[in-house]
Amino acid sequence: MDFDALINGLDRHTLDGITRGSIYALVALGYTMVYGVMKLINFAHSEVFMVGTWTVLGTYTVLGATAGMGVGMVIAATLLALLAAMLASAGTALAVERIAYRPLRKKGAPPLIFLITGIGCSLVLVETFGQVLRAFFGPPFGRVTVNIPSVIETKVVFTIPGIDLPVTNTRLLIIIGAIVMMIALDTFVNKSRLGRGVRAVAQDPDTASLMGVNQERVIMLVFVLGGAMAGVAALLFTIQYDITKFDIGFIIGIKAFTAAVLGGIGNLRGALVGGLLLGVVEVYASQIWDSSWTDVTAFIVLVLVLMFRPTGLLGESLGKARA
Amino acid sequence: MSQILDSYRGLQLGNRWDRAPKWFRTVALLLVVAFAFYLPFLNILPFAYIRTDLNPTGSDWASVLFLIVVYMIAAVGLNVVIGFAGLLDLGYVGFYALGAYSVALFGSPSSPVVQALQSRFDLSEEWAVPFVMCIPIAIAMSLTAGVILGAPTLRLRGDYLAIVTLGFGEIIRITARNLDNVTGGAAGITQVPVPPGPEIDGRSFFNTIDAERWYWLALVILILIVWLASRLEHSRVGRAWLAIREDEDAAAVMGVAGFKFKLWAFAIGASVGGLAGLLFGSKQQYVEPNAFMLNLSFLFVAMVVIGGSGNIVGVLVGAFLLTYLPERFRELQEWRPFAFGLALVLVMVLRPQGLVPSRRRAAEIEDRRHEAEEAAADA
Repeated sequence: MDFDALINGLDRHTLDGITRGSIYALVALGYTMVYGVMKLINFAHSEVFMVGTWTVLGTYTVLGATAGMGVGMVIAATLLALLAAMLASAGTALAVERIAYRPLRKKGAPPLIFLITGIGCSLVLVETFGQVLRAFFGPPFGRVTVNIPSVIETKVVFTIPGIDLPVTNTRLLIIIGAIVMMIALDTFVNKSRLGRGVRAVAQDPDTASLMGVNQERVIMLVFVLGGAMAGVAALLFTIQYDITKFDIGFIIGIKAFTAAVLGGIGNLRGALVGGLLLGVVEVYASQIWDSSWTDVTAFIVLVLVLMFRPTGLLGESLGKARA
Repeated sequence: MSQILDSYRGLQLGNRWDRAPKWFRTVALLLVVAFAFYLPFLNILPFAYIRTDLNPTGSDWASVLFLIVVYMIAAVGLNVVIGFAGLLDLGYVGFYALGAYSVALFGSPSSPVVQALQSRFDLSEEWAVPFVMCIPIAIAMSLTAGVILGAPTLRLRGDYLAIVTLGFGEIIRITARNLDNVTGGAAGITQVPVPPGPEIDGRSFFNTIDAERWYWLALVILILIVWLASRLEHSRVGRAWLAIREDEDAAAVMGVAGFKFKLWAFAIGASVGGLAGLLFGSKQQYVEPNAFMLNLSFLFVAMVVIGGSGNIVGVLVGAFLLTYLPERFRELQEWRPFAFGLALVLVMVLRPQGLVPSRRRAAEIEDRRHEAEEAAADA
């Protein structure tokens, strides 16, 4: 127990936690939307994120992007990587839905079976990068951590006055990027026609289809939207941590799901609150004890929240809460 | 494909079995058990190809058989939770690890716990809790953990239970890795005790060389567990589980206390998992946290579901296939996880009820399929 380390760097650790939490929150959106509409934990969603990080690496490699390019090139490379990652992640999510979930839905299989095919898909995707692609193309694919060039040079943009906390451009980008995507998605779901369809299906699938909402199309839409958000998260993750690995999705996926439950699953704003809270709690805990206990803290927080507020902090709703 | 499956269903093996005379069933069962006991020595040529030690890199056949039976025990235990009570437990490896760690912590003279007891009570350095006493300790530990985990979480919805149990599995492993001064940390614990037995050729009866003895021991325990589980399934408790699984609200209205029976299922499943872990740890004579990764939980769930959740024979088949095939095709090495993932998706998409489904469950799924079709037709 070392509270001094926490107290001395409280501002720094909070910023650290918010950065981490922004990424969790973006990934959590995918879980929360799919759960809201289908009442299903999409176990392969963590791998959708993983595919995104590899796509960022691929884009940088194709463009020949490295550290220390001109400002114009940096912006172009980052935007292209963002677009590619969003497309690749959304495509992966859609493919998972088509292959693993749709046939089961047609057969009316019990929920447990969906989880198993989700786990199967997750394993297939992980092994695709860890083994299959390595067998055909060699490195960088394989079971090792791969570095991604830090295209955006990290530098301090401004210092928060009073507490003397330096804020770097990458952190700023991550936090702002995450919040902008969140607001965009929230507006889409709450204001647009398609979003209304999503909320309708989440509230009552049968009535929604009677009102002319195409349920299959809504399901595809939430997988695509969730996948795209995971793609954004993948880019922001690589900007901050400069690495990827074949099994990188697993732990982030579990954290993101925890964040989704924490905020209230099925609730988009809850994902943001849950993600940020989890990120901050984790960083604080890793200071008080040590970093090997981080994952345990996350799970204990989850159990405590579920015990005392089973619907999460903001309650469950994509439309309205339902049992 | 579906035609083949239909003709397979047409065989109605389960019904024929039920209609067969009692003497036939007894003899057939005895023959199966006798064959299982003979398996380690299987050496008649066309059949011997199922042995895993044919190629130079293959692993010891008797040890593989032992592992298969240990996983079968775990799968039968998990089937009580998933198949009978319909609760999704993704942290079963936690109980398995607790069983292995209990026998290691209390039975090994080099474990920190035993050493603390030695110095506290002025015992000799060779003293440790005897193996036979470790069995109730292991079962009690995993059972307690099951109740502690189940009590707050079993009131939650099914999906939340899945994620909380998943967390539990990880917490156990990370705690075992981090608590150096209790569990030996990442280095693990050596000198895990073995079951007592007469000494033969100057070696203890259960040693690292004669793996078939371990296999036979595990087989005896498996038969016992299977018998207990099938008695449970048809008892009052089993019927209560069935009712809860089908419709918890309706069951509650009929006076079935859902929470109580769910907790029972959880605790029974946990203690069987602990027993399997105890066997595993004792045979290895070495316990370390990395043996209990989360993947093992998924593997256990896959055994139950691929085999046909709710049906003990199906679960045994699932556990056998998922343990045996990777060992038999060891030369594929790194490709095995990929093949496993692919198999999971394919089997479940083509046959959601599992390979050898419980008849009742298959009927339920058939029912739901009709409902889904009708709903689709309506829309």
